[in-house]
Order: sequence, then C-alpha cells, then structure tokens
Amino acid sequence: MSSIPMIRQTAGEGAAAAAAKRLNRPARRRPTHGRGRGTGGVRRPGPLTYGALGAVLLASLFPLYWSFLVGSHDSTALSRGIPLLPGGNFLANAAKVFDSIPFWKAMGNSLLVSTVTAGSVVAFSTLAGFAFAKLRFRGSKGLLVFVIATMAVPTQLGVVPLFIVMAKLGWTGSLWAVIIPGAVTAFGVFWMTQYLRDALPDELIEAVRMDGASMIQAFWYVGFPAARPAAAMLALFTFVATWTNFFWPFIVLDPSNPTLPVALQLLQAAHFVDYSVVLAGAVLATIPLLLLFIAAGRQLVSGIMQGAVKG
Amino acid sequence: MTVTDRVRPQGQSADEEQHSNRSVRRIAVSQRLSRWDIKLSPYLYISPFFLLFAVTGLFPLLYTGWVSLHNWNLIGGQGRFIGLDNFGFVLGQPYFWNAVGNTLSIFLLSSVPQVVLALLIAAVLDANLRAKTFWRMGVLVPFVVAPVAVGLIFNNLFADQFGLVNELLALAGLDPVRWHSDQLASHLAIATMVNFRWIGYNALIFLAAMQAIPRDVFEAATIDGASRVRQFLSVTVPMLRPTVIFVAITSTIGGLQIFDEPRVFDQSGLGGADRQWQTLTMYIWELGWGQRNFGRASAVAWLLFLMIVLIALLNFLLTRRIADQGGRK
Repeated sequence: MSSIPMIRQTAGEGAAAAAAKRLNRPARRRPTHGRGRGTGGVRRPGPLTYGALGAVLLASLFPLYWSFLVGSHDSTALSRGIPLLPGGNFLANAAKVFDSIPFWKAMGNSLLVSTVTAGSVVAFSTLAGFAFAKLRFRGSKGLLVFVIATMAVPTQLGVVPLFIVMAKLGWTGSLWAVIIPGAVTAFGVFWMTQYLRDALPDELIEAVRMDGASMIQAFWYVGFPAARPAAAMLALFTFVATWTNFFWPFIVLDPSNPTLPVALQLLQAAHFVDYSVVLAGAVLATIPLLLLFIAAGRQLVSGIMQGAVKG
Repeated sequence: MTVTDRVRPQGQSADEEQHSNRSVRRIAVSQRLSRWDIKLSPYLYISPFFLLFAVTGLFPLLYTGWVSLHNWNLIGGQGRFIGLDNFGFVLGQPYFWNAVGNTLSIFLLSSVPQVVLALLIAAVLDANLRAKTFWRMGVLVPFVVAPVAVGLIFNNLFADQFGLVNELLALAGLDPVRWHSDQLASHLAIATMVNFRWIGYNALIFLAAMQAIPRDVFEAATIDGASRVRQFLSVTVPMLRPTVIFVAITSTIGGLQIFDEPRVFDQSGLGGADRQWQTLTMYIWELGWGQRNFGRASAVAWLLFLMIVLIALLNFLLTRRIADQGGRK
C-alpha cells in the first residue's frame, strides 16, 4: 500500500489509480467465509444459478413423483385428465402388485443377491488390491494392466456361453447363476489397488511383519482396516449395480423366482396393462434403494467424485 | 513338531548342543516358510479374481466365437460345424441392419446430450454454492432408480394416448407425437431414459475433475478479461480432456449394449411392431431365447463386440481431436 504514493509521484495519477485498483480487487474478493472452490472465485452465485439447479433437481425427482401420482389413482384416471395431486388408491394398487407378481420373494432375492455379491466383490477386490498395491511379485505390473484392460471388455456379450455353462451346471433358475458371475469385478480390484497404494504405508506392513505376522495376518490386521473407507464405497456401488441389474437375471432366472427388476417387468407383460398398478410397482421396487440413498447418498457422491479423480 | 523329530536321529550326544541345534533348525524352517509366504501369498490373493473372471467373463466371451461357427440350439445343444454360415445368415437379415441403425441412433441421441448437459450441470455445481452436498445428492437420485423402473415410468410419460408429454404438447398447441410407432420418436424417448439416469452421475465425475483444475488458471483468465462462458469453453473444457474421453468411452461401451429401457418400452419387448426400437442386444435375445438359435445369437454378439471396439476407438480419436482444438483456440 505504501508504494502507491510513490507510483503517483513517479508515473502519474492514472497509473496510481490503476495500481490501487489492482491491489484492492483481490482484497475485496478475499474470502471472509466459505472455502472458495468455485470457478468464479469466492463470489456467491446469484439466483439464476440456484434457479438452474432447482430445475435440474425437479427433473431428477419428477419421474418418481409421476410414478407415485399415477400409482395412487385408478386405471382410468389418466384418461380423465392429468391429475396434479396424489389420489388415495396407492394401497389398493400395491395389493394388486403383490397379487400379480411374487413381489416379496423378488425383494428377498434382490436383497440376498445384492448383499452376497457386494460382500464377495469387496473381499476379493481388497485381497487382490492389497497384493497389487503393497506386495512385490513377478508379473504384478503386467497382471494389473490386464485387470485394467478387462474393465473395458463388454463381458455381457458372452451371455450365450455363460448360459450354456449354467445349464450344464444345472444352475439356471437358481440365484447362484446371478451371484457367481458378479462375484468379482475388474473395477473393484482397480479401485482397491489405487486406494491402498496411498492409504497404507509400507512401513506399517514391515512393522507387523517384523513382529512375526504372516502375510495373511498383515492383511487382516493392517491392510483391511486401512482399506475400510474404500471398501464401504465399493460395497455400496456394487449393491446398487446388482440391485438394478436386469439383462442377465432376466435371461437366467425363472419368473417364479426372480429378482426385483425381473419381477417388475412382468407387471407389464400381461394382456391388459393397468398403468396405475405398474407404476405403483415401480415405486415399491424403488423404495429400498431410495432409503439406502437417504442413508448413504453422501458416500455415493464422494465415491463417484473420488473415482473420477483417480480413475 | 516335525522339527524335533528330524533333529533327533542325527545323534547329538550333549543335551545343550542338541538344544541349540534344534532352535537353529527351527529358525531355518520358519524362515523357509516365511519365504514361501512372501512368494506365494500375492498370487494366492489375486487368484480368486483371475479364476472367476476367466470362468465367467473371458471364457464365455471367447467361446462365443466357437458357438457362432456351429449349428447350436438352446435345447438340442451343439450341432455340426458350419463355418461362417451364421454370420452370412445374420448379415443378410434386414432386422440385423435395422438393429444396427437403432442402436447407433439411440446411442448418439443419448451420449452426446449426456456429455454436454453433464458438463453444463457440473459447471453450475462448481459455483460456490450453499448446501453443496444437497445439490450434489439431488442430481444423483435417478442413479438409484433401476433402468427397468425408469423404462416403465417413461413408457407411461411418453404414452401415445393420455401420456403427459403429449398432453403438454397439446397444451402448447402442437400435434401429439406417436412415440411408440414412429422410429425416431421412439429413439428419442429411449434416449431420454438413458440421459435421465446418467446425466447426474457424469456431472459429478466432471465436477470432481473441474475442482482438480488449479484455481490460478481461472484467475489468470479473469485478469485477461475472459468472461465466464469464455472461461468454460476455453479453459475448463480443454482441461477436462482425459475425463471427457473416459466418460465418452464408458458410455460407448454401455450405450451400445442397451437392453433394459427399450425392452420395457412396450408389452411384447421385441422392439415394436416393425422393430422400430429393437437394439442389437435385444436382437441377440430374440435370436437366442426367442428363436432358440444360439449359433446366430453368438454371431450377432461377436459383430456387436467388433462394433463396440471400433466405435470406442473412433470415439477416443474424435474426443481427443475436439478437446485438442478447444485447447488451441
């Protein structure tokens, strides 16, 4: 600041004004609160920004609201004009859903398949990630490159032989046919490797090894605890992906023993389709994941954002 | 205690000597064990992934090629070797080329707006917002709705009669669109479902990448007098190049295999009366499980595989080029 009078004397009034402006501008914009991550510096955005976000939010939520809206009226409501508020027919429609598809069985199956798959993906991925990130062995680099390359392979295109294999094993119609092919993912291995590389100091492993721990003990007492935050996120994503998966379960499972998405599309396969029942079913099938989202949506958000930076 | 058993027959006379010798041997054995532990453990730990992936991922994919060279029925099983006949048959089918066109059309209608809208939403989310987490979670809600549920809901929204979209068009004084019979309209409806589910997810990926851009780059641009729109186009987008490529390629691989949403777009699930929205994966299903011809279904699966590799490659080159040009301006 003290230099401004000097500039005025040596370079004239205009230059001094410019210098003062340049000095003052950052001072005015210096953060008083907030962490200043935005593109526009620390300036708080105006109502236009919030308006745009509000519109996006509305678009994300509207289809679900619509589903509930239609699901809470009767079958002819739509032909009488678009309803704006929910009606009182939701429970009656839900009862029709339970009558026409094995809803609760499908819910139980989905819960079982998603939980077991998530557990297995996390266990195998953490184990492999520990090896790739922290242990030295011949061929580790090449094998890791192979894992990463397989992330881009559309394995869904192997459905025909996979079905032949499952038929040979006598597993068609059984939940194992859905669980086993989902039990490992290349993404999971990659994700855990990336995380453990930074999160687990080599010294810690060396220390427990010096204390006489075997490799598997080192994994159990040091590796797994360090991996826990990433493991929780991986479990969450695998759960959601398995719950919403349709193509393979639809092929390999029987309509009498389905997962939720497979059961849900049966609602529409009848001759006469009552959309108030179909959309009530869509709402019912979405509720479990919405509950999960309310409980763990924050983790999903940060999981996606971390994955983006690392992957 | 095999260690002591082995030590004894060597006939040590003095007790003390035997004792010291024994403990030396024990250390040697435990060292040898530990060396094996170090050497074998890594392979043991990665083997579940590789074994299961080989059996349920890699083998089926490669074996698809073998099946495609045979007469192969869902129930009868393997028939005789017929060379490339399945490919010849499939390539001569109008439904195959129809499915190729539909898949590409739905893919383009979903992937391009998806990336553009996700970038815009990410830019808005990147502002210094109040209640950041709330907005971020808000855009992610569609991600937890299963594609089948999304398909059922949008099928109703886009209903030809009494659908909300057509009612709104009528309010605006426009003619109703025949979403379930017009080919392009049906593609638009299906692409909307895909976009609905993935835009928020991709916006968060872009947001994370945006926040990794050093802030002084923007400060320099501001001092140079660049507007916020100009900054977005000339600084943000080029610097997101790797992320845009990543998103473009993952959406290619997923988008070309689309099945769930078009499958539930009508009751029959075959892609409309004239297969207006039958995609290649739906065609694989129709050949394999509708007509029970595994040989032909496998041929289409291989062709789709080639298409995905080709387009992912093209996508990579194209995205890199576009991002490069953005950087040079």
